Amino acid sequence: METAATLPGWRANLATIAALMARAKNELLRVPGAAIPGVLAPTIFFLGLNGVFGALTQLKGFTTGAYESFIVPVSMLQGAGFTGAAAGVNLARDIEQGWTDRLLVSPAPRWVLLAGAVLAASARALIPATFVLVIALLLGAGWPGIGGLLIAYFMVAAMAAVAACWGSSLALRFKSQSAAPLMQAGMMALILTTTAYAPLLLLQPWMRSVAKVNPVTDVIEAARQGFVGGVSWAETWPGVVALLGLLVVLGAWALREMRRTAA
Amino acid sequence: MSELAVNMRVVRALGMRSIRQTFRRPQLMAPIVVFPTLLLAIQTGGAGGAINLPGFPPVHSFLQFMVAGAMMQSLMLAGNSGGIALAVDIEMGFTDRLFSAPIPRYTIVLGRLAGTAALGFFAALWFLAIALIFGATIHSGVAGALIAIALVTATAMAVGGIGAAIALRTGSASVVQGLFPLVLVVLFLSSAFFPNELMIQPAKAIAEYNPLSFVVEGVRGPIISGIDANELLDAVLAILGIVVLGLALSARALRHRLRVG
Repeated sequence: METAATLPGWRANLATIAALMARAKNELLRVPGAAIPGVLAPTIFFLGLNGVFGALTQLKGFTTGAYESFIVPVSMLQGAGFTGAAAGVNLARDIEQGWTDRLLVSPAPRWVLLAGAVLAASARALIPATFVLVIALLLGAGWPGIGGLLIAYFMVAAMAAVAACWGSSLALRFKSQSAAPLMQAGMMALILTTTAYAPLLLLQPWMRSVAKVNPVTDVIEAARQGFVGGVSWAETWPGVVALLGLLVVLGAWALREMRRTAA
Repeated sequence: MSELAVNMRVVRALGMRSIRQTFRRPQLMAPIVVFPTLLLAIQTGGAGGAINLPGFPPVHSFLQFMVAGAMMQSLMLAGNSGGIALAVDIEMGFTDRLFSAPIPRYTIVLGRLAGTAALGFFAALWFLAIALIFGATIHSGVAGALIAIALVTATAMAVGGIGAAIALRTGSASVVQGLFPLVLVVLFLSSAFFPNELMIQPAKAIAEYNPLSFVVEGVRGPIISGIDANELLDAVLAILGIVVLGLALSARALRHRLRVG
């Protein structure tokens, strides 16, 4: 049987990433209860925000009459944020328990170690997203169409990768699970200081200014388009560019922290 | 020194320990201050246009309306954090040492609740300060602010009683921590974040009978309109109800903890 050590470089890297993803999957299967908060939190936010702020659609200038359609992509992305940040918490736990030290003395490149955690978070984020989506559809949210659905899922997976890079950077910097609130709060602020609650024109002036420069606003608009109207490339590409930019910046930071940790 | 004075010294010492614990551990402090402040800013900026909805109570700003909700969120999470800390004490054996000390058992729970009440007091001051700094006014002035602070402090202690009961019953920090989503459910199903009349069913119907709604209205009234004796009485009765429930559950859980060790 071939081992990672006997494989050519790129295949060994892929095998290592697959092994790290399998480890994350095993964690999920062996401790299913651990996934419950990540699923529950965005669902509660979705149901809560819908019940509380649903009347906002009566405001002049609101782009849809159904608040559940407006808010569901936000909750899906929130689930991605929670899941990605949880990857950072898990990494901090691995650092505390010495597991990461063992990985760092292996011949695997640093980016491979990071990619394993990030891709696992991306895959895992589809669970809360699907759960929230099903609840929303049952409550009457608009069907986004296959195109809209695929775009929303792409945004969720990529947002989880962004959150995992953020969480991993903090985990590597602080080397403690105590940094967990910072990981969660950072993602919460990034996702919600956008057009999450209302269209841009209905936000308070300070929030409008923040939302305009927050790249996640484009991500939310791209994920939302199918739920509140038609799908277009013009609404999609800014979200893709924003996610790529965030991934490059936060991925580079996480890699830098990993190299610093190994040094 | 009288027996009562000695017991109150124990309560004070345990209360101070619980406050110090919270301020030393960022993971305990964050839910009480960081998350509610962040959510207050986000909801105020994101849903601030709501004050133009027909039927919204007359307010100076959405921040003025929301600040009572932020206090409620903070105190609920303070109660939950107090429960987690007590459960950690049980897991680490610290509570066993207290049980073997020559002090009444009730002082152990009361000490923890005193700490939670102090955090509620701190939360009330924090959010009132934020409201004033960002331009919200307190309609009833100093008297209104004092009423809000008193109600929030008392509610923190009452809610902490339920957290303590669950910690004593289960002895597991992860179980108490798992109640975090439930805290959010209770908050969303109250009038903490929006006027009850404008909420969507079934949240609206549940919020109407949620005791937390009565407390929120009691805190919010002096901030946005004026001191209303009926609103205040409803809030006090709701807090008393939570206190009685918390005390009954805590006493029962304490007996259980002493039985099982």
